Amino acid sequence: MSDVFRNKVDITLTVNGEEVEARVPAGRHLIDFLRLDLGLTGAHASCEHGVCGACTVKVDGDAVRGCLMLAAQADGAEVWTIEGMSDTGAIRDLQDAFVTRNALQCGFCTPGMLVACEELLTRDALPERDEIRDYLSGNYCRCTGYEAIVDAVEDVAKARRGLT
Amino acid sequence: MKASAGGYARARDLSHALDLLADADGMGRVLAGGQSLIAAMNMRLSTGDMLVDISRISDLSGVSVQGRRLRIGALTRHAELGRDALIARHAPLLAQAVNHIAHAAIRNRGTIGGALAHADPAAEFPACVLALDAVLHLEGPEGSREVRAEDFFVDVFETAIAEGEILTAISMPLAEPDEVQMLKEVARRSGDYALAGLCFVRRAGGVRLSVLGAGSTPLLARAAMARLDMEDIGGAVAALRGELNPPSDTQATAAYRRHIAGVLLRRIWEEIGGESA
Ligand SMILES: Cc1cc2nc3c(=O)[nH]c(=O)nc-3n(C[C@H](O)[C@H](O)[C@H](O)COP(=O)(O)OP(=O)(O)OC[C@H]3O[C@@H](n4cnc5c(N)ncnc54)[C@H](O)[C@@H]3O)c2cc1C
Repeated sequence: MSDVFRNKVDITLTVNGEEVEARVPAGRHLIDFLRLDLGLTGAHASCEHGVCGACTVKVDGDAVRGCLMLAAQADGAEVWTIEGMSDTGAIRDLQDAFVTRNALQCGFCTPGMLVACEELLTRDALPERDEIRDYLSGNYCRCTGYEAIVDAVEDVAKARRGLT
Repeated sequence: MKASAGGYARARDLSHALDLLADADGMGRVLAGGQSLIAAMNMRLSTGDMLVDISRISDLSGVSVQGRRLRIGALTRHAELGRDALIARHAPLLAQAVNHIAHAAIRNRGTIGGALAHADPAAEFPACVLALDAVLHLEGPEGSREVRAEDFFVDVFETAIAEGEILTAISMPLAEPDEVQMLKEVARRSGDYALAGLCFVRRAGGVRLSVLGAGSTPLLARAAMARLDMEDIGGAVAALRGELNPPSDTQATAAYRRHIAGVLLRRIWEEIGGESA
């Protein structure tokens, strides 16, 4: 077998604005790398086949499934997790709206949910309620029934456009 | 569960990717968007693969008009297709399809080439390229070849791509000025795979109708097409139900899927202003 295939892959990337160098097993997915190797346990590893959305993080500006991307593929990438997005205050208003509207209970889905909601709000400044629901169909929440989450996203969309 | 990979290599360009596949002794596996492959690896449906990561080969991405054809690089992502002006103008069926595929985060990484190579019979893009009469461009150790969509889908998850080959692009005729392209499907929830769906194309040469979720491969509904060319919607619905061989599973029975296909065809027909009979 050719030695160009690696079992361990060296990667350099930025995570939450800081440069990280690591050697990762070829099959390690990004969410395990973030959680187990870097201790960034905000986003969760749950269904591990892309259905639940709990592992959603931001890679090079896009919301992606942390379980469906290998850490090896993140070489050179810019990764943001809920920890970094909280520290910079980038989504403070969205987080506040989640609290105000009671848009979380157990909180398991929330880190992924916030990343997905933020992407929606940057792509569509004033989404309709059914658009919000549609966008969040890839992020399972088993506490709220979504109503409060949709309320929170709608509030932020209006507030950001100065409509409240 | 956790993925198990035999090894990983990132291809610099197409010829490097082909070399890597040739080096892998039959264990090579192309990694594009990973939205089906990594899920399968996590579920240990696929283990020990020598992954050839082609996702950084920029030549294989993007949409262009070449003469009278539209050419789409295999690595063009679902989300990119959804917002591409050339797609909206020359192959609107694909833009409609994007809205039905999975969820935003998956569309951000999944590629059209990956979806076609994966060949899930319930997926949207395979049925679309069949209805659009597209050609798939393959590159292998022996050079390049072209396969018509009609000859590409062999069985569930099985295509005409041979060992060591890579799908590089998809091309299709530009939509005619009066061409109608429409995709309709029924899914239980937003983002789910459809229970059944139809891709309808009407151009000067006649109607092309393909079905997703209704057999082991996407199906070109030839009997229904012939009826539609005669403007016989009743006959077309009956013909369509007759030529489908859909699965019965926990989502829906075969009879229900056949029923849905007929209902969708009538809805398309009404929407484009056809006589109902
Ligand atoms: C939760 C979830 C829901 C989904 N829902 C839908 C849906 O509703 N409809 C739908 O159509 N799809 C759906 N998908 C699948 C999605 O569209 C995938 O992106 C797509 O099927 C695979 O594209 P990829 O680029 O990610 O390919 P990969 O996962 O990287 O590869 C898939 C397969 O194709 C091979 N391959 C990839 N690219 C090439 C190439 N250029 N040449 C040769 N072989 C290649 C790989 O070796 C592998 O076997 C869903 C996926 C998930 C996780």
